[in-house]
Amino acid sequence: MNEVFTVPKEPEATSAPRISDWRRFRRVFFQRKLVIFGVVVLVILVLTAIFAPLIAPHDPYLNSLPERLQSPSAKHILGTDDLGRDTFSRLVYGARTALYVGFGTVVISAIVGMILGLLAGYLGGIINAVIMRVMDALMGFPMLVLALLLAAVLGGGLQNVIIALSIATLPGYTRLMCSETLSVKENEYIMAQKAIGSKSIRTMVRHVLPNAFQPSLVLITTMLGNVILAEAGLSFIGIGIQPPGAAWGSMAAVGYRFLESQPLLAFAPSIAIMLVVFAFNMVGDGLRDALDPRLRGTL
Amino acid sequence: MTAQGTACDVRPASELLWVEDLHTEFRVEGGVVHAVNGVSYTLDEREIIGIVGESGCGKSVSQLSVIQLIRNPGRIAAGKVWFEGVNLLDYRPNGAEMRAIRGAKIGMIFQEPMTSLNPVLTIGRQLTESLELHLGMTRKEARDRAVELLDQVGIPSARTRLDDYPHQFSGGMRQRVMIAIGVACQPKMVIADEPTTALDCTTQAQLLELMLSTIEGCRGALVLVTHNLGVVARYAHRIYIMYAGRIVEQGLCRDIFYKPSHPYTIGLLKSVPRLDEAHGRRLVPIDGRPPSLIDMPPTCAFLPRCLEAGERCRREPMPELKAVEGEGHMVRCYMREEGAGE
Repeated sequence: MNEVFTVPKEPEATSAPRISDWRRFRRVFFQRKLVIFGVVVLVILVLTAIFAPLIAPHDPYLNSLPERLQSPSAKHILGTDDLGRDTFSRLVYGARTALYVGFGTVVISAIVGMILGLLAGYLGGIINAVIMRVMDALMGFPMLVLALLLAAVLGGGLQNVIIALSIATLPGYTRLMCSETLSVKENEYIMAQKAIGSKSIRTMVRHVLPNAFQPSLVLITTMLGNVILAEAGLSFIGIGIQPPGAAWGSMAAVGYRFLESQPLLAFAPSIAIMLVVFAFNMVGDGLRDALDPRLRGTL
Repeated sequence: MTAQGTACDVRPASELLWVEDLHTEFRVEGGVVHAVNGVSYTLDEREIIGIVGESGCGKSVSQLSVIQLIRNPGRIAAGKVWFEGVNLLDYRPNGAEMRAIRGAKIGMIFQEPMTSLNPVLTIGRQLTESLELHLGMTRKEARDRAVELLDQVGIPSARTRLDDYPHQFSGGMRQRVMIAIGVACQPKMVIADEPTTALDCTTQAQLLELMLSTIEGCRGALVLVTHNLGVVARYAHRIYIMYAGRIVEQGLCRDIFYKPSHPYTIGLLKSVPRLDEAHGRRLVPIDGRPPSLIDMPPTCAFLPRCLEAGERCRREPMPELKAVEGEGHMVRCYMREEGAGE
């Protein structure tokens, strides 16, 4: 599915229009200040998650009851929680959890959802009916309620949260891919492809998928934000990431109890959640604008 | 009676393709569209035939039926398509045998060069696809062959253009690429479905010549589907005139042009300008519209628009194809039968 972005290897092949396409993409994408802000936040987030052990000044899981509920100080720049764990370190490790859940969920649900959508749209008939009715049933529940239900059934923990959220977000990808496939497969070049004797699976993967892929890309970016938010929600009410795991949602839940004495304990993770979700949505918006063919040739 | 008229199960050896009594229909809301109603035709090796008719007369559908590319809700209701001694309709539409025919033995050139190429793949990848698929070439071999093909269809600096995308080509260039794809595997026959309709006149002639010489180069036969009599006049050996899903007249090119027999053919010829006629002749359009293919009249389908219709035409069902003067010249009209109208 990376075909859309394959950069030709031979230098002779890089002819003018493709470069200007890429330039146009960058220009539209970075045109809005908020998109730049979003990209910066996400870069910081990813770096934080990768280098968490280097950045975090303390062990995020180390209880130290004498130091419980401290205010910010030189040693604990964001203070400590009710078990004396360093809030900043937990926040840094929370970035890992958030990204892990976000990307894990999106990768699983996007791949499975897009395959199902492609099959449903391209093959039609009974396969389409079965897949899409199941998706309709899943869509009948609000995403968070469905995730809640599944997480409650599966039990907490990182893996189960990812599975629950993947199933809950599956229908979006499937429907989008299905509708795109339906329109793409009517194109003459698909008929031309069949006329040279290509197999259905080959036609689907090489010709339909790359043409039907772009809208899903935007959905993936926005979904990352939504999924991180949903994970925080699940962790907040206690059926997501289980203690002592560092997750922003559960941190906020703990901090909520000490809102009056240690407001930072709730605010720090909440602000982190807000920033990241906002950043993902901005980048998603920017991506949508930049990929929108109606804006081609403008600016 | 010639081969078309006799319903025997033995395929005559001389013909490459023999379509026999083909019926293709589309089930839609409000009835069944009988797009192709018992079409029979033959194509010899290295022959060029023209299939002519106005929009919606079933000419494209009849061709897509040959390689079983009829989409839902369409289906081939009856008929046989003998190709190299086997009935293609015995194969499953998406089975391996059918796929091995498409592209390899029967090439197809589509009408719309602007939309018949995949916008996200390079020309090279689209050209090499059938080479790798049918001839088992490696990527490298296929690329070399693709360069040759592009050269052959007159695309300058073919090797570099291989890595360009379709939007970097003009309409005429894309149609050249389509021709290259169509003949890539040196098929026994090529179906060209209105290959020049989307191009302007100057490129049309150029591309037709190119297409013919390329197909001749690989010793293939050609089915030229068009609504433009001028296109087939020059190149086709034999012509089939279609109307409302049936062949109404067939014969050698010269018979169709100099001794047209069916009133529809005569009408078609009167409606296009000709260079070999005196100036000042007025072009005569054919009044009216073709009948709905959902509920076809029991009588001759051309009756409402026919200028020569007689008593018998109104009374009797659709006439059969009957031989008239000229080699293999047949016409579906009561007014041309023995003793009629005279």
